Amino acid sequence: MTIDQLQAAAANNLWAAITPEITLGVLALLLLVLEMLLPKARHVVIPTCAIAGQLGILAALAFNFTATPYLDRDTFNGLLHHSRDGQYLRAFFLVSSILVSILGVVALAKQKMPRVEFFHIVLVVTAAMMLLAQSANFVLLFVALETITVGFYILVSYTRSNPLSLEAGLKYLVLGALSSAILLFGIVLLYGVAGNPNSLGSTASPMSYAGVRQFLEANPGNFLASVGIVFVLAGIAFKIGAVPFQIWIPDVYQGAPTPVTAFLAVASKAAGFAVLIGLLPVFHSYAGLVTVVLSIMAGATILFGNLAALTQHNVKRLLGLSGISHAGYLLMGVVAAQTVPQAVGAIYFYLFAYLLASFAVFAVMTHVAGANDAEQDLDHYTDFAKKHPYLAGVLAVGLGSLAGIPPLAGFMGKLMVFIAAFKAGLYPLLAIAIVGVVLSIYYYFGWIKAAFFSTWRPPLASGETEPAEIAATPIGFSAGLALGVLAAGSVVFGFFQGPIAAWLLAR
Amino acid sequence: MPDLLLLSIFAPLAAALLLLVPAPLAVRKFIAGVGFVIPALIALYLWSQFNPTGGASYHFVSRYDTGLKDTLGITLYLGLNGIALPLFVLAGVVGLAAGLYAIQSKAERLPLYLGLLLIMQAGLMGVFASMDVFFFYFFHELALIPTFIMVGVWGGRDRGYAAMKLTIYLTLGAMLSLIGLIAIYQQSGAETFDLLALRQEVAHGSLAAGNQKTIFGLLMVGFGILVSLFPFHTWAPLGYGAAPSSAAMLHAGVLKKFGLYGLIQIALPLLPEGVGHWVGWLALLAVGGNVLYIGFVTIAQRDLKQMIGYSSVMHMGYAFLGIAAYNTTGLGGVVLMMVAHGLSVALLFLLSTSVYHRTQTFDMDDMGGLAQKAPVLAAFFVTATMASIGLPGLANFWGELAIFVGAWKFSAAYTTLAVSGVIISAVYGLRSVARVFFGPVTPAFAKVSAEKAPTDLAWGEKIPALLLLVALLAIGFWPKSLSTPVDTAITATFRK
Repeated sequence: MTIDQLQAAAANNLWAAITPEITLGVLALLLLVLEMLLPKARHVVIPTCAIAGQLGILAALAFNFTATPYLDRDTFNGLLHHSRDGQYLRAFFLVSSILVSILGVVALAKQKMPRVEFFHIVLVVTAAMMLLAQSANFVLLFVALETITVGFYILVSYTRSNPLSLEAGLKYLVLGALSSAILLFGIVLLYGVAGNPNSLGSTASPMSYAGVRQFLEANPGNFLASVGIVFVLAGIAFKIGAVPFQIWIPDVYQGAPTPVTAFLAVASKAAGFAVLIGLLPVFHSYAGLVTVVLSIMAGATILFGNLAALTQHNVKRLLGLSGISHAGYLLMGVVAAQTVPQAVGAIYFYLFAYLLASFAVFAVMTHVAGANDAEQDLDHYTDFAKKHPYLAGVLAVGLGSLAGIPPLAGFMGKLMVFIAAFKAGLYPLLAIAIVGVVLSIYYYFGWIKAAFFSTWRPPLASGETEPAEIAATPIGFSAGLALGVLAAGSVVFGFFQGPIAAWLLAR
Repeated sequence: MPDLLLLSIFAPLAAALLLLVPAPLAVRKFIAGVGFVIPALIALYLWSQFNPTGGASYHFVSRYDTGLKDTLGITLYLGLNGIALPLFVLAGVVGLAAGLYAIQSKAERLPLYLGLLLIMQAGLMGVFASMDVFFFYFFHELALIPTFIMVGVWGGRDRGYAAMKLTIYLTLGAMLSLIGLIAIYQQSGAETFDLLALRQEVAHGSLAAGNQKTIFGLLMVGFGILVSLFPFHTWAPLGYGAAPSSAAMLHAGVLKKFGLYGLIQIALPLLPEGVGHWVGWLALLAVGGNVLYIGFVTIAQRDLKQMIGYSSVMHMGYAFLGIAAYNTTGLGGVVLMMVAHGLSVALLFLLSTSVYHRTQTFDMDDMGGLAQKAPVLAAFFVTATMASIGLPGLANFWGELAIFVGAWKFSAAYTTLAVSGVIISAVYGLRSVARVFFGPVTPAFAKVSAEKAPTDLAWGEKIPALLLLVALLAIGFWPKSLSTPVDTAITATFRK
């Protein structure tokens, strides 16, 4: 490489293009510095700094949302591609991390754990997610994904005094490593065939999406490439928890601290779908293969998630399993997105509604959780509506939206995905999806039932004592505000989708 | 002026929101009352402004974009034609009666109860005011969720089970109909949920006959579940038996008509070639299942509320028969009957709760002789029962008569069987009146009345009951007020 080429390459490293990510990283480091500088009694301000900083970044991002000069451009020599979807996902991950931070304040108060590192890692993971959503190169894809996964290894086992949390961390570590290996293997296969100078249509940049795409278009039906594609899809399916790679979900969701569970359920899943959607054009010439693989996964995922959730009493496991079914509906959308461009917008709206609803439910759970965060049972919600009407109201809205009941936002997400699937002619998958929605009513409304309907309890036998009441944490200002905004958001976006839906669906 | 329709939907919603504000109970009751009165007044006012001979066209049209206009073809498109108007008025009147009855009730956590009822009311007004198929569905579901919570929290026996069963059945029905509606949206090529645009598109023959068959099958079963078509009816008696009175009034009286309305307003005009394929099944299920089988089941009931629930399932059989007849007389009869049945079943649910407050039981074997203590209640109940049986002079008669006349052209055999259903109605109706109000006082009732002497209907109960009764009589003696707009609309929609 000549010096001119290097200079040209360096000139393309437009650092300003990733200002939000860099600022997040700096903020994360700043938190650690503050921990060293501030006296211990003042450490309470650190989470506030983290949240305020993120709000600042979100505001700046919103301000530059369409004004950014990098829109529809590649930077860093094609490592990154900036698009409007990328801007949307940046905002999406920022909102998630703000909510995780708010929940983190509530949850960590119940544990004797170091505080600051939690926020630090959340910020780093978020920055990596934002990069991942905009990556246009398999190397960056893998590095960003690993940054996220390594961060989650720590976050999942954060309450290290709780054996269930440690178990969850170990399971996530082992299976996460396995999935990363599978993904990497797929990438290497693609790299190998695409970069082999002897193969037809070989490319000089076999790690970039564009290069691989070119090669695949020139070589329809290449066996090694097909294997590579399936492995890449499988690696991503691990991250989003699609059948048959869903096995880690219930245990990890149960063991992880509730805010981390929320982070996994929403942001990590969304990141997986962002990658999948980004890869669709790359694999376009293998659409037949992708459709078959993803359709089977989607159908199995919807059925498994809903059936397995039916008998759950631990609410964290229940949400984990029901989250699997949501991954299934979204996968159906991804299959549709190959032929119906609008489906991408539908998926993003679905994810938005899912964020509002999931965080509402997880926020309520964070308040209800006792000292042992992993044991949260439906029984803890007995007479919930009478004791905590505000939390119960938010819970009902969140669960209703997850169940996809009008007039809540979750229904609009489902409707858009269903319409897209119908346009793509995925009738068998739609039939499965309907069965899934009806099944999901049973457990979502079962939870509402537990919280709202007074239940008959058998009289105590001799020697039995009244089970210990779990008192919900008092609702603080920021958490209360977040709860209210999330519930109101689910209702408002159910009635009026406004510019967001119009913007997302117009493509 | 067109915004009155929007107001009729949002006034109850706003009242429900206001109920969240802490205030003395009397103030909250007043707010709720206003929330129920506004839609009723709007409905009556719009009825007076409606040009009956122009029933075919939509009146009071207005349109709002909620953000999906350009991308999905969904707008909040409101208007009333001759088919929608009677049901819109029904929703207003029954809603007012149910609301007034709830306000005077002594339900626990009354503000929440009223709030949910108001949300339900908003959904009901929206269902019949929508000209957009999507919002038609949307408002139905909006009304459904409060039902679940109301049955579960304020319900009677087996409320948890009943609430779950009701919700799962109705969600299944709703999902099937949603897919059917999406199928129309997509396969007609119109890519809009606007009912008028869809009708135009389909008039060009853009839906193949094979597709129409499939879609009509989906809608028939989907809507059928919502209207308790045999054998998907089991949620209804159980749910109504457990539901608190006002929720049962609104659901059985109005919300359940959603499915029939959807069939008449959407499915039949858009899928003319799909109908013929299914009418045989529909008539068989309606007459054999709903009218005859459920009729006999109704006779065997001991629980007053469940009996009314079963009788309402049975009456839906007539409505389905009218739809299967698929001619203007039959369909016009269905619309009339929907209104009449809505009024009479709401009145019966209201009165049965009033009976319960005096006997402390719904078991008819433990009742008897209530007429001596509460003659006015007895008079109301007898009239409501007569209406439900279909006695001339009351609204139900005209609806059933038109259905039978229309159905005769379709199948004399089915019509004969269906007419004999009227005898079944008479048997259980009169028997229930006899067991509850007349005859000797049973020991159980004697014990209850010794503890607290039963009083006659209080004004709080009388006013909503009178409202419904007057409406029944008014339509009974002057059916033309409703039948003219209905007939013009039906004739124009189903020009054959």
